[in-house]
Amino acid sequence: MTMTTESPASLYAAREPVFPKAVKGTFRRLKWWIMGLSLAVYYLTPWIRWDRGVHLPDQAVMIDLANRRMFFFWIEIWPQEFYYIAGLLIMAGVGLFLFTSVLGRVWCGYACPQTVWVDLYQHVERWIEGDRNAQFRLLKSKWTLDKARKRFSKWALWLLIAVATGGAWIFYFADAPTLFAEVFTGSAHPIAYATIGTLTATTFVLGGFLREQVCIYMCPWPRIQAAMLDENSLTVTYKYWRGEPRGKHRKSEAAQSLGDCVDCNACVAVCPTGVDIREGQQIGCITCALCIDACDDIMAKIGKPRGLIDYCSLADEQLEQEGKSAWPVLKRIIRPRTIIYSVLWAGIGIAMITTLFLRDTIDLTVQRDRNPIFVTLSDGSVRNGYEVRILNRNPVPNVFRLSARTEAGYLRLKVQGQDASAIPIPADQTRKLRVFLTAPAGSETQERVPVRLWVENLMTRERSSYDTHFQGPKP
Amino acid sequence: MAEPERDALTGTVTTQHEWDGIQELDTPLPRWWLYTFYLTIVWGIGYTIFFPAWPLISTATDGVLGFSSRAEVAEAIEAHAASNAEISARIAAADFTEIAANSDLDSFARAGGAAIYRTYCSQCHGAGAAGAVGYPNLLDDDWLWGGDHEAIAYTLRHGIRWESDEDTHWSQMPAFGDDEILTNEEIETVADYALSLSGQAEATDAGAELFLDHCSGCHGEQGLGDPEQGAPNLADAIWLYGSEREALIETITHSRFGVMPAWSNRLTEAEIRQVAHYIHSLGGGE
Repeated sequence: MTMTTESPASLYAAREPVFPKAVKGTFRRLKWWIMGLSLAVYYLTPWIRWDRGVHLPDQAVMIDLANRRMFFFWIEIWPQEFYYIAGLLIMAGVGLFLFTSVLGRVWCGYACPQTVWVDLYQHVERWIEGDRNAQFRLLKSKWTLDKARKRFSKWALWLLIAVATGGAWIFYFADAPTLFAEVFTGSAHPIAYATIGTLTATTFVLGGFLREQVCIYMCPWPRIQAAMLDENSLTVTYKYWRGEPRGKHRKSEAAQSLGDCVDCNACVAVCPTGVDIREGQQIGCITCALCIDACDDIMAKIGKPRGLIDYCSLADEQLEQEGKSAWPVLKRIIRPRTIIYSVLWAGIGIAMITTLFLRDTIDLTVQRDRNPIFVTLSDGSVRNGYEVRILNRNPVPNVFRLSARTEAGYLRLKVQGQDASAIPIPADQTRKLRVFLTAPAGSETQERVPVRLWVENLMTRERSSYDTHFQGPKP
Repeated sequence: MAEPERDALTGTVTTQHEWDGIQELDTPLPRWWLYTFYLTIVWGIGYTIFFPAWPLISTATDGVLGFSSRAEVAEAIEAHAASNAEISARIAAADFTEIAANSDLDSFARAGGAAIYRTYCSQCHGAGAAGAVGYPNLLDDDWLWGGDHEAIAYTLRHGIRWESDEDTHWSQMPAFGDDEILTNEEIETVADYALSLSGQAEATDAGAELFLDHCSGCHGEQGLGDPEQGAPNLADAIWLYGSEREALIETITHSRFGVMPAWSNRLTEAEIRQVAHYIHSLGGGE
């Protein structure tokens, strides 16, 4: 702790502009592939067609809010089955735990939309304004026609990407080709335009201007994942025991005692969040690994082995400092914690797939009237009312038969305004029916008679049942 | 002025607060964050200008935009009524068989009828329409004034014993005891005979004779009742005021005078038809 006499620092600080330098290498190539893949998945998925017959949409992936259905290729999710989505979210969570405990902030570095779009925006920036130094000069320079041209064409391109980003989002919620035409003819729903507008604005501002500020000040994830990293997780590490003391390599005697780091600043120059990895683990490091590429390049040029900055776990760091060799990667990956995460992840996935395949195409729910519990009719017979819902999950209209089975053989079943032996239900719809069971006068209606209602799809012969009961007056 | 203390490792000024040897850094806020804060203040002030906000003695400032949540609800209700105007007109004009046959009209009438029922009818007839002593059960198949669609709609329009409606259902059973038409013994005898019609007591000749003289005019010789004059069926299992002998003796002695309001002044024809359709659909409609 040192004491100084300068005046107190300001309570707030301006953002330091970051101009990451272009870099080539293994991890840059990996980032290209992942960026291409994730953008392709995002932009193209809504355009995949999937034939579901005339009664259902033929879009492979679609969240149909108006009809309350979700479609994912051969899977159709009804709103009452939202637990599948909950399960998917739990899988995503556990998957994130797994990846974090193995590879650290790999989500931040490669797959997070903020990272991917900022990366894309920075490429556009470099393409129009030039690399790091040119961008820096442009920032300092007075406004000229050339600067205006560069700035406005950059912003225009960013805006184009932002509109495409917001535009692609809405295609997940309606038939993409139809909506595409509607958007351009101005006949789409106002919510579609509002969504495009909002996402365009957030993409433009977060990707173009706020950038690393999102990661450092807004995102909760860098804080949460600190709890998931351990000494075996891979992080981007500057191997200071090899690099220090750093200094320019000259052919002098003093240089012989220096470490491998030539203090060329290449690792800082390429960093998209503007941190110096040589200061160790920090919240600003999203482990994008571009500094590894930059440093490897320099090491090759000065004839030193690669990996002064490299993926390394805290435990291996310890070993390497003691002069021992690091463990094989697999040994770091396979450990009780990651096995538990994997088993949990796979368990939920297998359970969901199993239930999805065992799912009936019929669903029968019965709600018995409780106000009143029973009705006495003029001839002394006793009637119970039920609200029955039959769900036809088939992509075609089907006809169903409803029947009641009970040990007390005297109950009569009647469906209001409908022949119980031929109930038509449209494709992929639910039908609500009012059903009455009546016990004739004088029959021994005890307090509760168990009843099983059966519904049979007369076309597919599938059946489903629901247990309820019949209740009469106390004897 | 106290000298700021700096953390040796990061060079950041500390707050000089220390817990268990850990010092809190006084990292400066990002400037955009501060601007966002100012923006919320501007927004807040703007909001109080444009929307109702500042409390006055008995009211509050109206706001430049004149927004009111009450007006918004009224508008929403009006818009809703306007969007239903066409189907309501169709229901007002349609025959009940047409309503039942058309699935649009049917579901609209049922849902709308159920809502109107809960608002205006459930106080007496119960939320489940099962009625209570003196208030008919609408789920069963026993109807004092007729249980087909048109009869139910008529009862809804004009009420029962509702004096201000000229066309109301009107009938009055004599109070045989109060008016000294029958003695107490005779009342008990005829009550037993009435109960015998539904098999709840032994029939007697004296009872049969009294019934023929005093009751059969409205209730019929077999006691089957007459929906034309609202005379209940005495031979079935349904008793509006209870099937106990005491309840029956009370009815014969003092008579009853159940009243239902006429709704034609308060509900539109379309609404009355919706309620009639809904009640008919509860399971007892004829």
